[in-house]
Amino acid sequence: MTDRNSPATEDEFHALVDGELPADRREAVENWLASHPEDAVRVAAWRAQAESIRARYGAVANEPVPDRLALDRIIRSRRSWAAAAAAAAIVAFAVGGFAGWMARGASAAAPNVVELMTNEAMAAHRLYIGEVRHPIEVKAEEAHLLPWLSRRVGTTLRAPDLSAFDLKLLGGRLLPGVSGPAALFMYESANGERFTIYCSRVAEPRIAFRYSASDTFGAVHWIESGYGWVVSGPGDKTRLKAVASAAYDQLENRTPTPTRSSANQLISRRGS
Amino acid sequence: MASFRQDIETTIPALRRYARALTREAEAADDLVQDTLVRALRSEHLFHGGDIRSWLYTILTNLNRNRLRSLARRPVLTSIEDDDAPDAAGPEAGGRDIERALAMLVDEQRTALLLVVLEGLTYREVAEVQGVPIGTVMSRLARARMQIKAYLDGERPALRRIK
Repeated sequence: MTDRNSPATEDEFHALVDGELPADRREAVENWLASHPEDAVRVAAWRAQAESIRARYGAVANEPVPDRLALDRIIRSRRSWAAAAAAAAIVAFAVGGFAGWMARGASAAAPNVVELMTNEAMAAHRLYIGEVRHPIEVKAEEAHLLPWLSRRVGTTLRAPDLSAFDLKLLGGRLLPGVSGPAALFMYESANGERFTIYCSRVAEPRIAFRYSASDTFGAVHWIESGYGWVVSGPGDKTRLKAVASAAYDQLENRTPTPTRSSANQLISRRGS
Repeated sequence: MASFRQDIETTIPALRRYARALTREAEAADDLVQDTLVRALRSEHLFHGGDIRSWLYTILTNLNRNRLRSLARRPVLTSIEDDDAPDAAGPEAGGRDIERALAMLVDEQRTALLLVVLEGLTYREVAEVQGVPIGTVMSRLARARMQIKAYLDGERPALRRIK
């Protein structure tokens, strides 16, 4: 121990390593370490950790920034979202380019894209069902909800009528998906239970219902015609499966779509 | 507002570095950065001066926390008919020692450590990003360093690499 200095503290060791130690303590702490090998070893180990971390990840900052992170591009796509929403509010919207999207869907996809999609859908479910005031971005009552999301996701979207399950459509939102924009519809029951339906383009072959369990809720996903769907809801698997089946049947036109509210309107009419 | 966007633009490489170390997956990292940029641009009108860099780190840190919540229990894919889904998978496998050491940390500790040693933020800035007092940042740093050291020293046999 150095007589002329007060003992160094643990916090000061960290501050020394991180360059946060006041100049007037630096000498004292270094003197302390010089005479306390165990502390010195620890401090050296922390410095080595920091160097390993910088050696492992530092070079990422020198990589060229991928196109999708170019600010211009993000700004442009935001403008087009806004423009799409505005246009859709005025003009009845017709889906075009569906075949083009499908053709694009034929390109090779990264492995595990289905799992990634399900994770994203479940993450969105988990995040947004907890939102009291802003669970959705656009309300079901707003006419541009479906045209807007359809355009962004690249297919004709419908929000299935789940009133048979006491589930009312609250609205929807746009999300960044695994391989393009994704739509999330949220439903709520009279007692506050929330279900979500997620849809995104996925260049994967058809997959029948699969069930994924989370700690507090479950999800059923499937892929049909190049689009992935994920229905998430409370843990009751039987009910969730029934909800997913009803959604599937309506989406695939196996049963006529009920037309009780504007939220359920079919907007698949092609042409102008 | 040109300078606002310029400031964001110049921060993107650092955000990518931070996100890569946080997630240890290139794709997930760039997704986080993309989300961060989208949100930052959307909130441009809410930004009233201050340090744009810290603000971006804050957004990214929060988005990553949301991401981790969703992965906390990785969903286990089973057939719809299978009524007994097994429990979630164990810790991620593979990667270098420092990666695995980082992976095993609690998110708050990893975040504090990376912001300090990789991104060069001051303790005060990290406290603002994490929304906690400086003392909390320091105890997170201390615990992170202690755990990484213990891991690298092989005191956690359960987590040691199988040779």
